[in-house]
Amino acid sequence: MTDTSATSHRAAKRFNTGRIAVYAIVAAIGLALMFAPFLFPDVRSQQVAARICIFIALVASYDLLIGYTGIVSFAHTMFFGLGAYGTAIALKQMGPGWDAVFLGGSAGVAAAIILAIAIGLLSLRVKAIFFAMVTLAAASVMMVLASQLSDFTGGEDGLVYSAPKLFSPATKLMTGDDGKVLAVFDVRMNGKIAAYYFVFLSSLALFFAMLRIVASPLGTVLEAIRENELRAEAIGYRVVAYRTAIFVIAAVIAALAGILWATWLKYTGPDTTLSFAIMIDILLMVVIGGMGTMHGAVIGVTVMSLAQFYLKDLMEAGAIATADIPVLPHLLEPDRWLLWLGVLFILLVYFFPAGIAGTLMKKAGE
Amino acid sequence: MSGAILRLDDVHTDIAQYHILHGVSLDIPEGGVHVLLGRNGAGKTTTLRTIMGLWRARKGAIVFRHHDISALHASDIARLGIAYVPENMGIFGGLTVEENLRLASATGRFDKDRLDRIFDLFPAIEQFWDKAAWALSGGQKQMLAISRAIIEPRQLILIDEPTKGLAPAIIGNMIATFREIGRETTILLVEQNFLFAKSLGRGVSVVDDGRIVHNGAMADLAADEKLQGELLSLSMELQ
Amino acid sequence: MRDLVNRFGGVNALPVILMIIALPLVGSFPTWVTLTVAGLAMGMMIFLMASGLSLVFGLMDVLNFGHSAFISFGAFIAATVLAALAAWVSADSFVLNLAAIFSAIAAAALFGLLAGWFFEQVIIKPVYRDHLRQILITMGALIVAEQLILMIWGGNPVAVPRPQILSGSLIIGDVSIEIYRIFAFLLGLAVYIALYVTLKRTRIGLLIRAGVENREMVEALGFKVDRLFVAVFMTGSALAAMGGAMWAGYQGLISPALGGEIMILVFIVVIIGGLGSIEGSLLGALLVGLLGNYVAFIFPKLSLASNMVLMMAILLWRPWGLRPAVKP
Repeated sequence: MTDTSATSHRAAKRFNTGRIAVYAIVAAIGLALMFAPFLFPDVRSQQVAARICIFIALVASYDLLIGYTGIVSFAHTMFFGLGAYGTAIALKQMGPGWDAVFLGGSAGVAAAIILAIAIGLLSLRVKAIFFAMVTLAAASVMMVLASQLSDFTGGEDGLVYSAPKLFSPATKLMTGDDGKVLAVFDVRMNGKIAAYYFVFLSSLALFFAMLRIVASPLGTVLEAIRENELRAEAIGYRVVAYRTAIFVIAAVIAALAGILWATWLKYTGPDTTLSFAIMIDILLMVVIGGMGTMHGAVIGVTVMSLAQFYLKDLMEAGAIATADIPVLPHLLEPDRWLLWLGVLFILLVYFFPAGIAGTLMKKAGE
Repeated sequence: MSGAILRLDDVHTDIAQYHILHGVSLDIPEGGVHVLLGRNGAGKTTTLRTIMGLWRARKGAIVFRHHDISALHASDIARLGIAYVPENMGIFGGLTVEENLRLASATGRFDKDRLDRIFDLFPAIEQFWDKAAWALSGGQKQMLAISRAIIEPRQLILIDEPTKGLAPAIIGNMIATFREIGRETTILLVEQNFLFAKSLGRGVSVVDDGRIVHNGAMADLAADEKLQGELLSLSMELQ
Repeated sequence: MRDLVNRFGGVNALPVILMIIALPLVGSFPTWVTLTVAGLAMGMMIFLMASGLSLVFGLMDVLNFGHSAFISFGAFIAATVLAALAAWVSADSFVLNLAAIFSAIAAAALFGLLAGWFFEQVIIKPVYRDHLRQILITMGALIVAEQLILMIWGGNPVAVPRPQILSGSLIIGDVSIEIYRIFAFLLGLAVYIALYVTLKRTRIGLLIRAGVENREMVEALGFKVDRLFVAVFMTGSALAAMGGAMWAGYQGLISPALGGEIMILVFIVVIIGGLGSIEGSLLGALLVGLLGNYVAFIFPKLSLASNMVLMMAILLWRPWGLRPAVKP
């Protein structure tokens, strides 16, 4: 064997390890989520796990835009919010039931489709940056509307309601011989479990749907448009139509994720759906995980969510530990965690624009 | 060669992932019009833009009067006395004709003699002096673009397809103009219109696929129809 | 029809048309005057914030999502300076009052210049010509800047003292006009005129206008646009900080969310005005300011939404904005 073939062989092997590492991480996250109620039975962990599931669908749908198509939209929380508010308002008005989830959810999805088509046709023909501004303006208006139409939306306070009966903690999924809720591995088989698996399986289905979309001819066209818009147009692709199509698809998935979120939380308000902070979360997740790969979304959401829930505790400990030093406790105050995230984000965009997944794969590919 | 004002030596230029120039070597003698011919996509415009510093050569040397300019910024190359008239003419439509010219003069002031000569060559420039440049016709825009190039004394003027889209009558006038400009400065002219090129050029180089495939006197090429057929074949306009 | 429109100033007449339409809808003349003055003052302040953003975009294709950080910082710096100069602010002296407000504005503008320079060199420069990363990085910078404001000034609203002579209203018959609004309008107008003259009458201005149209050609004529851009960026940031300072005085009570809230209006202004032109920014800003105030009075809940509708309508009519610098 000559030297060159040895190197190329090694390169090929490293290539595989990078990819395998990404797949392994994603698979591990998937398994952890699948068995989350059994692995991490406390309430807070379940909350984190459900949020991760839903946000994977939400962030992956955002990646369809930013990573696969090169469109920067700030209206993703708007679509997420439409799904959530549609469901929430219906559950509030009609009472808990699947009919309310279905009707309200459909209304939310329909509104998302109409708005996405309007915004898309109106402004996707102009520069990417223009589009970013238009979506930002649209999202802000939606936020103001939600807080002002308080008769429907509950205003700043949001809406509290009940989910369908199946998800109520009092529901017994399995009963033991004594008629009480059966516990499997010490986990009680009640409505909470049903709600979690509803969220998990629905998110999983959305995620697989998106994997199909990016592997389909549509995905290929979108990448061609991202790489060279003029060339794609010259070949005969109607760029505006394709962009609008993917914008609508992403909006629908975001709205569906919103339905899941509203059903799980049993609360919908500006802070949990529409707020700009959530939009920034999505942006951070997609960039940290890696734009342009569905696996990146999984990794980004998990890393960010864990950091959000647990890093604050760590920073608090740090602030207390450094209380005697002048500036440091200020910087380590848990409320300042977004400052560090911002700095981290800038550094990431500079040095690792491919994110965790992209960098792992590329490193290995070299 | 000591008489060369500009020498390109094995210049390679990439645009994004595409390798456009595959080692262009070229000597432009001082004075007169030197024509660069070639098919669409052969690399003519890329050659001009690389000389001007608007695209960066990956490899090779561009020597202008004994200085290698291949690493200089476009603005510094311009300051050496090289003017560029791009294919789209690069007119500032929102500015007036006067402002377009004022921008092109190094001091912001006009040399009266030069301005008078421009008015002689192109009466339209004087006529539309304080009008917005976007209102000019295609031919007038081309005149403005050329005026901008000669409002200052230049060593070398790079002109990309000045006849494109112009009426034959205007092209006829332009031949006389270029002859006159060529008396005091060197012009490197990219052309597709062989008739126009033939009546102007002293030297000629033919580019194909990012390389120079022919170098010689224009008179020789003009006389040798067989060579023309070989070099310029299908794509040139041999009207 | 087109000629008729052009004879009356073309799109420039839109704010006037809007004023005329609003009069019968508002109903009362004194109220209409108050609203119109408020709208014009607000428009001028938004113009200050929008003009820099628009020029920066026009010249280098750079859209700075962190622009609102300069607005917020300007507002808080002005509030701090005014608080420090409390004696001047409350003094019964014309000169000291003006000295206080102008110190506050100057401090904000100076901060804008310096921070703008830093921002351009550190944040923007590495990502020239890469839109996606530009949006992301300036967004990241915005997060950091907002957190810094929270760290320095805390999360609670800060009161902004208003100098004596700028408080109160001018009363002419039934009509009452807040003096600060007149001040804001005049200051904005002065800045607009200064910008206009610089752009139209100086060589730098000529270079900027040419650069907005075709950066490459300006370079091929022997000028370094990158250097010019730094100057424009610094000026734009300083104007945003000035706008923020004026806004702080106008509102009287400011919170860290201020920059982000106004930024939406600034984006709408830049979009409907057309990127790269200060005339467009002024026109857009006046429209947004007037419409916002009229609608807030007639249909209080639809104020912001009305500007959104305005933007959509104008985008449908003229996708490149009312007065873009470059004719497409």
